[in-house]
Amino acid sequence: MQNEVSVIARRMADAIVLFWLVVTIIFVLIRMAPGDPADFLVPPTATAADAARLRADLGLDRPLIVQYAHWAGAVVRGNLGESFSSRQPVSRILLDAAPVSIALGGISLLLTFLIGVPVGMFQAANRSNALDGLTTVLTTAVYAAPSFWIALALVAVFTYGAASLGVPAALRLPAFGIRTPGIVLGGWAGLVDLARHAVLPVVTLTAVGAAGIARYSRSAVADVLDEGWVGMARAKGAPPARLYATHILRNVTPQLTVLAALSLPGLIAGSVFVESVFAWPGLGKAMLVAIQARDYPVVMGATVFYAAAVIFANLAADIVLPLLDPRRGAHAA
Amino acid sequence: MNRAATVDRVATLAVALLALMLCGAIFVPMFARHDPLAIGDVLALRLVPPLGHDSAGAWHLLGTDRFGRDLFVRMMLAARVSLALGVGGSLLAALIGTVAGAAAGWLGGITDRVTMAIADALLAIPRLVLLLVCAALWRPGLLTVLIVLGATGWMGVARIIRGEVLGVRARPFVEAANALGVRHWRVLVRHVIPNAIGPTIVATTLGVGNAILLESGLSFLGLGIQPPQPSWGNMIAGGRDLIVAAPWVALAPGLALIVTVLAVTLLGDRLRDTVAGRQVRMARQLGERT
Repeated sequence: MQNEVSVIARRMADAIVLFWLVVTIIFVLIRMAPGDPADFLVPPTATAADAARLRADLGLDRPLIVQYAHWAGAVVRGNLGESFSSRQPVSRILLDAAPVSIALGGISLLLTFLIGVPVGMFQAANRSNALDGLTTVLTTAVYAAPSFWIALALVAVFTYGAASLGVPAALRLPAFGIRTPGIVLGGWAGLVDLARHAVLPVVTLTAVGAAGIARYSRSAVADVLDEGWVGMARAKGAPPARLYATHILRNVTPQLTVLAALSLPGLIAGSVFVESVFAWPGLGKAMLVAIQARDYPVVMGATVFYAAAVIFANLAADIVLPLLDPRRGAHAA
Repeated sequence: MNRAATVDRVATLAVALLALMLCGAIFVPMFARHDPLAIGDVLALRLVPPLGHDSAGAWHLLGTDRFGRDLFVRMMLAARVSLALGVGGSLLAALIGTVAGAAAGWLGGITDRVTMAIADALLAIPRLVLLLVCAALWRPGLLTVLIVLGATGWMGVARIIRGEVLGVRARPFVEAANALGVRHWRVLVRHVIPNAIGPTIVATTLGVGNAILLESGLSFLGLGIQPPQPSWGNMIAGGRDLIVAAPWVALAPGLALIVTVLAVTLLGDRLRDTVAGRQVRMARQLGERT
């Protein structure tokens, strides 16, 4: 127990060092870039003196090392600065946008595993016949499709396609936005409206994610199937359904849990495209807008947020893994 | 043994598809009757559906875009950019990764710690976010995308090479080479790197598919290849607001992208199985010998 606590403490210390490194790298990256944000922010009629005043106002005229110390110190205190363009606190902007992305990513992650794992199992079970090859090509094709293409294809099918088949407008799925504009729906009706708008974004993210998880679970399950005890269980006459649902699933659960923890941040980041196509006001959209406006504090803040999510997920996976897999004690990891 | 001797159908299909795409990319824009960049009589030619004829009577395999340009010819012109960037970006990443990993593993000490710390920090930022930030801050274009793909994709290869270098360094033949007075870099290049090449090739092949996808994503968001030069990503973006009226403009270029990434990924998977199989066999032989 003592040992496990010290391992966890060391992991946390590593995570904090890593976070500091990320913060530094983000600062260096962004300051290495050519161009001065003040030039983008002043109105086109501004004079050089106006730009200089704005630069002083934003602290951009101070030595880089001072700016770095100032920024890193503020980040540690949880203060990400304020947006150059809207003058709102960056944390406010991120906190407003994050729930949309996290909800979208979380629901998709759940569905991704509910679909991806059984597909991977099915493939592994059919390793010796053509079904596996066919499914592999199919899942790899979905995996190879960019999410924005899938999103647009779904829109085409559910608007253009549904309209040409004569599906009434009320039954067609809405293609853009998070709510029906113009009308205020409260309570149950509002929730239904939100859910209808969420279908296509969730399906897009789930399709891409499930294809990846299926690829991974296929090889994970195939490895387990090669173990001696599986043959033993079969010889004893264990029903295949039970073999897969309890024994084999239990054996791949630790790996899949780690995979889930590690893929959530990527899924949230990957929703940049989905949020862009479906016009959802999430983190990805906020970041794109900030990138186009050279709003450095928001870009840096969003990047710090994503990195913090990745580091936290890694740490969580490290801590949870020994609990799921008794063979792998904390001290062994 | 039997497996290796029989023709691998999936790998053959993948290579055939890639060869077809490469030939199309080289020859279609060279010999096409339609100029992929010129804008002619827009009203007469625009938005011809796939397999349709325009009002001048010319036939278009995948139809035309909003400016009346033939989508198939443009898609093949875009294939040049996308294939070059995919392969180039992944190779650049492999090169950076090999140098960084070899330096870290061979020199050890502070070099190792700094290199791996940077790799860990870059891995902690989702690659897409890293790409967006870099691509947005520098002037968009071919060279920027290439460099950014290399600079954000080297960490995996660096880890593989570093691991192999650390493993091989301790082996007797390296010690022997050192004792004979062979120069360090020569030992590294002649004996250490070749041992690490298998996993690196697999990572690089799979990296090509990733790089193509990422390039298309950047171009889709307007941060990569800029129109009028076509890339699969910016062609899809170009059809985005026509998705209800003329869905083929956005969807057709994606087919070439999907086929290419599919073929590269299937090929990479096959290579991985082969390399893994070889390593298992080598480990077994070593085990039997001792």
